Amino acid sequence: MTTDATIQPRRVVKASQKRKLIIEAIVVIAIALILVFVVPMFLSGFRQNLLGRFLALAIVALGIDLIWGFTGLLSLGHGIFFALGGYAFAMFLQLNSLPEGQIPNFFSLYGVSDLPWFWEPFYSFPFTLVATFMIPAIVAGLLGYMVFRNRIRGVYFSILTQAALVVFFNFFNGQQQLINGTNGLSTTTTIFMGQQVGGADMRSFFYILTVVFLVLMYALCRWLTSGRFGRLLVAIRDDENRVRFSGYDPTAFKVLVFAVSGAIAGIAGALYTVQSGIISPQAMDIAFSIEMVIWVAVGGRGTLIGAILGAVLVNMARSLLGERFPDVWMFFQGALFLIVVTMLPNGIIGWARRQFGPQVSKALGIAPTHLPYLDDPPESESEPLADTPEFAEK
Amino acid sequence: MLEGLIGGLFNGVSIGAVLLIVALGLAIVFGLMGVINLAHGELMMFGAYTTFVVQNAAREIGGIAPDIFIFVALPMAFLVSAALGLLLERSVIRYLYGRPLETLLATWGVSLILRQFVRSVNWPIAIGLGIFAVLFGVGRWLLNHYTDWDRISQWANPIFVGLSAAIALVAGLWVQNAGSNQFTRAWFSTRNVDVATPNWLRGGVTVGTSLQFPYARLFIIALTILCVIAVYWFLNGTAWGLRIRSVTQNRGMSACLGIPTDRVDALTFALGSGLAGIAGVAVTLLGSVGPNLGVNYIVDAFMVVVVGGVGKLMGSIVAALIIGIAVYLVGSGTLALLFPPTEVFQPLIDFFNFFATTSMAKVMVFALIILFLQVRPAGLFPPKGRSVEL
Repeated sequence: MTTDATIQPRRVVKASQKRKLIIEAIVVIAIALILVFVVPMFLSGFRQNLLGRFLALAIVALGIDLIWGFTGLLSLGHGIFFALGGYAFAMFLQLNSLPEGQIPNFFSLYGVSDLPWFWEPFYSFPFTLVATFMIPAIVAGLLGYMVFRNRIRGVYFSILTQAALVVFFNFFNGQQQLINGTNGLSTTTTIFMGQQVGGADMRSFFYILTVVFLVLMYALCRWLTSGRFGRLLVAIRDDENRVRFSGYDPTAFKVLVFAVSGAIAGIAGALYTVQSGIISPQAMDIAFSIEMVIWVAVGGRGTLIGAILGAVLVNMARSLLGERFPDVWMFFQGALFLIVVTMLPNGIIGWARRQFGPQVSKALGIAPTHLPYLDDPPESESEPLADTPEFAEK
Repeated sequence: MLEGLIGGLFNGVSIGAVLLIVALGLAIVFGLMGVINLAHGELMMFGAYTTFVVQNAAREIGGIAPDIFIFVALPMAFLVSAALGLLLERSVIRYLYGRPLETLLATWGVSLILRQFVRSVNWPIAIGLGIFAVLFGVGRWLLNHYTDWDRISQWANPIFVGLSAAIALVAGLWVQNAGSNQFTRAWFSTRNVDVATPNWLRGGVTVGTSLQFPYARLFIIALTILCVIAVYWFLNGTAWGLRIRSVTQNRGMSACLGIPTDRVDALTFALGSGLAGIAGVAVTLLGSVGPNLGVNYIVDAFMVVVVGGVGKLMGSIVAALIIGIAVYLVGSGTLALLFPPTEVFQPLIDFFNFFATTSMAKVMVFALIILFLQVRPAGLFPPKGRSVEL
């Protein structure tokens, strides 16, 4: 960070900050209104549905950015929370579109006549609404606590989340009698608020709902990452030991932020499920969870808007390129990982901010934001005196 | 009872041996170098495909070739995977040392590319790649010799890569359009291929009434033991092994003492990759070979290294055996048989039967691993030191 900016009176700084916030709020709301009212006019029902799904995925990307971009925890297991949210809502839909006293059809295939006990609470709509984000949050919190308590961090955390993902995948995939195994739960023909979930009206309702939730989640993440809490997250990312020695307990903050991120993924999972019409263990595929990370990396980690942009852009590229040339798409995706990591570590937004940030700030009459960039000369991450292998010195 | 015990132990050990041979290369790359290589599984897959190619060649030759092809496949697979690993290290990973999370993402990208490469590789792609390699290599060599490369590399490198790639792409597309169907057919396609087990590895030794030790399993166990001994000897008995260990312990000091750390890195990575290739040969004896072969093993292999404790070969060996035996005991439902079928134990028996499939056994063993890490966060054999880091 540069320190050559002249120190200004507190009043001036406050005013500048307030102005920035207002500009940001106006821009966000304007984009949301365009998405809700203008964009549907130009898109067919199918394309609008597709965009709705991408926006749901953008919500997961926000959650990933919160823990990776800001806190430095790379989770490769967000598919778990995504799928849990999706399953919770799909179970509710399945139960509530049946005649009284019946159980979902697929159970008869496996000779199950009684509803498994854990399906019972999902008859209730309020319970489902809470479960959609609370179950992922609790699972994330528990997993996070078990891992962070022991100061397991960095790549070990990533590997363990990936292992957890495999555990959940195997569990959901293998339990035909409980949750319909590989086939997953379909929501297309279920009824929600008196209408079919797969119908045109419901689709546009869910599209609007997704935009609303995206704005809400953006506001939540924005609120979390500004102020003291946000600065603490960044501090944990940059030097956890120093945070610990300053008297904070990083474990509690990491567990909390991981749980919040899981909850966000759960909500996104529910919104994605109703728009794509099915939730299956495929949502817990190893590749899918790593892709979530690359959306954030492409857009620019540590910037919330980058996460959203990255998720939408990469998924659009997938649907444009992947549908017609699946082979080329795989090569392209692989290259994307390589290019982003080696040449564009700050993502699109980071690059654009660095190139055009000062001019834009000037035009709007606000103080330019100073952001640390990932390809700035690195400060050594490990303790200088520790006798660990010091690759950082290379 | 005794036979059951020995049989169970053998099955567990043989699962453990497969895990160990897959994890051995990873223990070197991840354990010693600290590099997370998600493309490790794909290096293994290349080893498996090399075996397939060698087998086909052996069939053409005939005679005793189909019986002994596996002994040719082992060094071939080692060389192919090691060369690929070397290329990967020189072109990508060496720029990312000290940034493990970035390495993880980059190697995942590489693994995607390698998987798709195996699916769609055909003559035009191979020719295009060859042209690119020749143009780029020769061009670099010429410029290096006749110009001030350090001064112009800034702008010359991207231009050179782009130019070579463009020529190669055009040539490849031209061949693709001009060539016959036979010529542009994918070599392996997306379908799984099978490596026929040599005759002498079929069947098994029968001991007593019900015990059977399949030869293929015995072969894998023997191969694993050999590899472990070889790696141990290399690391502890040779000059390069000494250099590898010293760079692992203190990179800066090693460099000061004149050890070429750059070359040590490349060598270590190539060694780990080569071992992945050998693991690839081993797994062809267990089932068919497909582009997604690697993904199925990679998470298990990482678990072995994490449980064993990073940087310790011994840890990986013990961890692989324990995990292997645990997976077998849980997966086969043996644990449920331990309890007398009475009313009191019924819930326990039901509980263990619930986990008595291969995939559910994994669920339980992974859960146990997470619990185990609560007690020993740094694994079975944690590295000693005064470090604040784990």
